[in-house]
Amino acid sequence: MSPGHYLALSALLFTIGAVGVLVRRNAIVVFMCVELMLNATNLAFVSFSRMHGNLDGQIIAFFVMVVAAAEVVVGLAIIMTIFRTRRSSSVDDANLLKY
Amino acid sequence: MSTTELVLARGTAVLAQGDISAPHIEYGQLAPMLLVFGVAIAGVLVEAFVGRTWRYSVQVPLAFLGLIGAFAWTCVLAYTDKPFHVAAEGALAVDGPTLFLQGTILVLALISLLLIAERGTKAHFAPQAAALPGSEAEQETMAAGITQTEVFPLMMFAVGGMLAFPASNDLLTMFVALEILSLPLYLLCGLARRRRLLSQEAAVKYFLLGAFSSAFFLYGVALLYGYAGSVRLSVIADQLSKNAGSETLLLAGAALLSVGLLFKLGAVPFHMWKPDVYQGAPTPITALMASCTLVSAFGALLRVYYVAFENLRWDWRPVMWGVAILTMVAGAIIAITQTDVKRLLAYSSIAHAGFLLTGVIATSRDGLSSTLFYLAAYGFTTIGAFAVITMVRDAGGEAGHLSRWAGLGKRSPVVAGVFAFFLLAFAGIPLTSGFTGKFAVFKAAIESGATPLVVVGVLSSAIAAFFYVRVIVVMFFSEPEADGPTVVAGPATAAAVALGLTATVVLGVLPQPMLDLAGQAATQMFVR
Repeated sequence: MSPGHYLALSALLFTIGAVGVLVRRNAIVVFMCVELMLNATNLAFVSFSRMHGNLDGQIIAFFVMVVAAAEVVVGLAIIMTIFRTRRSSSVDDANLLKY
Repeated sequence: MSTTELVLARGTAVLAQGDISAPHIEYGQLAPMLLVFGVAIAGVLVEAFVGRTWRYSVQVPLAFLGLIGAFAWTCVLAYTDKPFHVAAEGALAVDGPTLFLQGTILVLALISLLLIAERGTKAHFAPQAAALPGSEAEQETMAAGITQTEVFPLMMFAVGGMLAFPASNDLLTMFVALEILSLPLYLLCGLARRRRLLSQEAAVKYFLLGAFSSAFFLYGVALLYGYAGSVRLSVIADQLSKNAGSETLLLAGAALLSVGLLFKLGAVPFHMWKPDVYQGAPTPITALMASCTLVSAFGALLRVYYVAFENLRWDWRPVMWGVAILTMVAGAIIAITQTDVKRLLAYSSIAHAGFLLTGVIATSRDGLSSTLFYLAAYGFTTIGAFAVITMVRDAGGEAGHLSRWAGLGKRSPVVAGVFAFFLLAFAGIPLTSGFTGKFAVFKAAIESGATPLVVVGVLSSAIAAFFYVRVIVVMFFSEPEADGPTVVAGPATAAAVALGLTATVVLGVLPQPMLDLAGQAATQMFVR
């Protein structure tokens, strides 16, 4: 398969993630969709790396993984805290700040 | 043999010879950043190994010394040699604009630290973030008088990321710096002592939207890597001037990258998080975000647009025109309807991001130097204003609602007068720093042919002046309520207000030295 197919797959996964962030209600699922977007980006980096014949893209993918892991730690801590306070992880329930 | 196999074969050959040269790091030139990160890590160790009673008295001097040392070193770097080189194998740039921005960020962070370090009854942070709001555990920690000290290492990590963000010379470093500055801020937003539900909600919103926008930023980086075969800004610029590669990848990449950057500085239509987060976060953290994060994000935006996309100017300028106009107008108009003081300042900050964008659009040396000056001037004023907000308190903590501020001018004329002065500086009245900054930015924009943009800018300044004056009228020309808020000022907060006030006056009455400094920093523009 040509790298072009992988790029198409990565764009598709990124779009699914972005749509998921916009339509899902549960904060955890929204966050998972963001992670899907980051992983789609990794696929794009690796495919471009193969197309250009240099290893930069593959190294960047490792950096992205580490950053995503750090983001999970912070994100789950914040979502856990608000879940313990409100007994709900729906993003629609967090509606005190508006207008 | 395919290209990948060639690369792998070459890699294996190098490994077999065992002569991989270690990267060369210019520790001396990166010392300000390394010092701040070092202090942050030392702060984590202090949290782990120093007893609770001693932590505050260790953490605060540590953070102050770290920031002062980093600022001193930045000054030394700026004055000893002509700073115009890349460091750490080209990953970070050390040039005039970067050092100016880093110096500004460090000074503003120092003033924010004065606010963050308040303790006792004037503390701004929950003693223990894990204790549920309203629970017995929370009351116990409150009664025990525990001071939250984890905020200091978190703040230092955020400041370190802010220093690296405008200095990053390739997009990977920029992404990592963006995350280092954002992740601690997400946490800091959720740590307010009072109104904890609002604070936690602000943290969740900031986190989800921030992570969403950095995913866009990253996909933009991936597409630009696909376009140029490298994430180095100068390589992207070279590729652009050769007119090689796929234009689709370039334009899509540039657009997605811009979404990520514009989100961080809160430009319309990526501004939705700003009022919520500014209102919900503890006020010292709001001050830190409104000043340092804005400076840092504009630094990164300037570098990307002035270095990598310089030859794409004709494509991105029309889009930025639209964003700047929307940002100025929407920020000013929505602010009129606000009733919460912090929310009002958040919309004012959105409008100011629009004014700053006119300086970016100028794409000239004057545009760069005027944006640098404006960022410094606005940073001081905004920290001062948020510091005043922390002082006006009633039984439930800060009196956020505008109606509670009625008659403050009769009760405490000095505080109300200082706040009125800050508001006039935001509005851009002559003899305040806000006027000098706006004048410089608009002048640069007119010289580069963006006159319509400046007309919109001036009109939205007039709209903005309306709501600033409305707050002043509420403070001075209405009767105070019987149970109105009182002014409670710790010495550190008072010092922060004084510093903000001094900078606002000096940069308004005697702006030339600072303008010269910004001009010198911008003479050689950005290193490539």
